[in-house]
Amino acid sequence: MGESEHLHVVGDGDFDEEILKSDVPALVDFWAAWCGPCRMVAPVIEELAAEYAGKIKVAKFNVEENKETPTRYGVRGIPTLMLFKNGQVVDQIVGAVPKGRIKELLDKA
Amino acid sequence: MRRDLIILGGGPAGLTAGMYASRARIDTLLLEKGLSGGQINNTAMVENYPGVEPISGAELGALMEKQALNFGVNIERVHVKAVFHGSEGFEVATDSEARYYSRTLILAQGASPVKLGIPGEERLGGIGVSYCAVCDGPFFHDQDIAVVGGGDSAVEESVYLTRFAKSVHLIHRRDELRAVKELQEIAINEPRIHIHWSTVPVEVLGTTGVEGLKIRSVKDGSEDVLPVYGVFFYVGLLPNPLEGLNALVHTDDRGFIITDANMACITPGLFAAGDVRAKTLRQISTAVGDGAAAAYSAQQFLEKQCLTAVPRTATQ
Repeated sequence: MGESEHLHVVGDGDFDEEILKSDVPALVDFWAAWCGPCRMVAPVIEELAAEYAGKIKVAKFNVEENKETPTRYGVRGIPTLMLFKNGQVVDQIVGAVPKGRIKELLDKA
Repeated sequence: MRRDLIILGGGPAGLTAGMYASRARIDTLLLEKGLSGGQINNTAMVENYPGVEPISGAELGALMEKQALNFGVNIERVHVKAVFHGSEGFEVATDSEARYYSRTLILAQGASPVKLGIPGEERLGGIGVSYCAVCDGPFFHDQDIAVVGGGDSAVEESVYLTRFAKSVHLIHRRDELRAVKELQEIAINEPRIHIHWSTVPVEVLGTTGVEGLKIRSVKDGSEDVLPVYGVFFYVGLLPNPLEGLNALVHTDDRGFIITDANMACITPGLFAAGDVRAKTLRQISTAVGDGAAAAYSAQQFLEKQCLTAVPRTATQ
């Protein structure tokens, strides 16, 4: 899986280090196995991780295994795609949306 | 390259059409933007599909896809934008450069949950307002929530949400539920479900997330605020739109595609199946029936077209 090498996996333990302190803007995909729309956007997230490699850190966050961070950011629906820049939430999209819409979000970073 | 058949949508209708067409050795391409199975991926448990023990929607979708693939359906993941019809058949445009051509086309792009359009609904979407209990239910652990609607989906998902929520307020505009009787009985006997009869939602309240739902009695106009942390809407479906379709089909007043009993639309070679079609009952079982019929109609159309195009030589 060539595309997967750019895709990070983060959890409660390393969220601050990997996302909030990231040198580049970071996109976090909050997901869970029980969620169909999450699986719909998963391949798109993988593609975007490769396309934006070096410019934006793209990370998957499993909300089933990690509950603290979703609560901290008020996640009440998945998939939630949250864009972080300098430790702050810049913007977010909830729900499965076309790739173009996610690119618009990333291009704002 | 012009295919014999293109199917738009990989839900139960599209996958069944694909299965039947492939078994008939029709050169078939199925276009699906996301995950095969479509809306059933948002259903926790399917309990009324004949011959199948209760199964999660996602699992059933995956099984249908596997079965279709085994019969040789080609599935491509693309986002279809528009359809056109010319003398040789159909052209399908996508959100990328890719274009596809076929002699016949089955519209099975499905339907999506209706947004009620009340204040706060859009603004609080994803932060307490949801249309998918399976996806978002676990975020409402030990919380009070509301479900809007009275049909099968609303009642079924209310019952499902009691797994997580402390209480579920079911808001229904009539004085009786439309859902199938068995579901009604379960809901009415479930102590964590509170049914608000003859009541409509007026506004979803909250700043950084849902904090309440303002409701109004349709009987006396009195208003109340339910302090809920989430609101799930199950108020019906609207067909998924597609550019260029208006010129090729007749629709009912909500935009569902009208076909004859064999799934044919008014444009020759064009068929519709599943939730996108105008009909009274939208279920997996009815979608599957539509899909099979549409594939057979496409097959007959292709056979007839073939006979016309290549006239038989008279035997001496």
